[in-house]
Amino acid sequence: MMRKLTSGLLAFGTIALTATAAFAQDAAPVPNPGNNAWMMTSTVLVMMMILPGLALFYGGLTRSKNMLSTMTQVTAAACLGMLIWVMWGYSLAFGATSYEGFLGKFISGGSYFLSSVTVDSTAATFSDEVISEYVFVAFQMTFAAITGALVFGATVERMKFTAAMIFIVIWSTIVYYPIAHMVWGGGGLILDWGALDFAGGTVVHINAGVSALVAAYMLGKRKGYPTEPMPPHSLTLTLVGAGLLWVGWFGFNVGSELEADGTAGLAMINTFVATASGALFWMLAERAVGHKPSALGLASGIIAGLVAVTPAAGNSGPFGAIVLGAVASILCFIVVSKVKPAMGFDDSLDAFGIHGIGGMVGAIGTGIVYSPLLGGPGGDDFVMSTQVWIQIKSVVVSILWAGIGTAIALTIVKMLVGLRVSTEDEEAGLDISEHGERAYN
Amino acid sequence: MKFIIAIIKPFKLDEVREALSAVGVAGMTISEVKGYGRQKGQTEIYRGAEYSVNMLPKVKLEIAVGNELAAKVVETIQQSASTESIGDGKIFVLDLASATRIRTGESGDTAL
Repeated sequence: MMRKLTSGLLAFGTIALTATAAFAQDAAPVPNPGNNAWMMTSTVLVMMMILPGLALFYGGLTRSKNMLSTMTQVTAAACLGMLIWVMWGYSLAFGATSYEGFLGKFISGGSYFLSSVTVDSTAATFSDEVISEYVFVAFQMTFAAITGALVFGATVERMKFTAAMIFIVIWSTIVYYPIAHMVWGGGGLILDWGALDFAGGTVVHINAGVSALVAAYMLGKRKGYPTEPMPPHSLTLTLVGAGLLWVGWFGFNVGSELEADGTAGLAMINTFVATASGALFWMLAERAVGHKPSALGLASGIIAGLVAVTPAAGNSGPFGAIVLGAVASILCFIVVSKVKPAMGFDDSLDAFGIHGIGGMVGAIGTGIVYSPLLGGPGGDDFVMSTQVWIQIKSVVVSILWAGIGTAIALTIVKMLVGLRVSTEDEEAGLDISEHGERAYN
Repeated sequence: MKFIIAIIKPFKLDEVREALSAVGVAGMTISEVKGYGRQKGQTEIYRGAEYSVNMLPKVKLEIAVGNELAAKVVETIQQSASTESIGDGKIFVLDLASATRIRTGESGDTAL
């Protein structure tokens, strides 16, 4: 049980570790039903981000002939992510066995097939509270499930369904689980540096974004890109998806406090205002370069703001969060609309441009807005330069790990089944060629 | 008999229809079409990717009328469909060789 308590914790994990030792001697801690209830709610909110949120957001951005393929890849990737999470994912990220020395910085062990989890076992929060371990397993499972699905934003309209599924198994195992352990797991490399990542700016967004960029290069461009027009087939559905993502993100960010306390409240207000700021600043950026303020810009700004506030949710004051959302949104706009066309890679739905760039801005910016001088929750002994350096180091490690891991995973998939559908199938659309259906009849 | 084809701006359809009813046009066929003339197209921008759309949506009216009404119909369409800006459309008039009402087999002006 004591080992169990060491698993699982975000930015303040080290505090939790020291606090848990005493419990093993005394009576087993009992979860507060209020916290448990909130965490169960959070978990299903994150589920809603995937289906239908992300599926619709991505689906609307593709051409109508690839709608079902996009929604199916997102959903099936999440399903597969859930199954491998309970088989070996939880073990590698938060398992009961801590390895000594070097290996323990990157993965844990034990708990395969949830062998150590019972209805009475618990996971520590950041205070002296605990939540039921099954709830913690499920909450973290939804994070693992959505991150793999995010990567497909770069590969839609051309990646084989079987290749996507095999990729999820390999990538989750060699990229997601180790990074989750490094950032959140007891003894993890980045956790021990003291990096601040409230809800997964590095684990989820930088990780997914960089993996997406590597995947975009390795798969190559869609046939006809960028000369042939490929406008989104339904911005209506994309906006519906963006709305569902925003609502679901309260589970993602606020739930990452693991309790329904005041810090959770801070994460909640930040998830509102940073997002509102990101949404409007994307449209302002469009105006600044002479475009019309667009609905797609609004939706993109919502996601950029949400991504940026993810690591900062409980680590910033509301006004720090507003600035963070604005800065991330403007930088994402520049990368998506100027840098990407200049570089010529086909990150089809801008998984890198928004999750990667927004994630980096958020992760590094968290080291700034944490400062009490800017209204953040940092203590009087907070030194911004030290913290920012730690944040930068954690970003660099995440980029390298995700980039190299994705290249390895895709190389294996390519040798096994190939990555792309045939040109003919791509032309016909993946809905009919990969799934034998059409979205609209 | 004359066969009149008019290409107009979609939002003008109701106005044109009402004006034509008032001058005694008993029926018409319409379809949604795309095309271009002097108005050229529009530019769409999605996350910075610009697409120029060359074909713009228009409505095509097809009306068969007797010789005596043709000039009045052309004038009515011209007046009711006009916004005095580029892209208002065109009206074409063709000679119509015959017309037959399917229900009764009547032909000529009585079939219109």
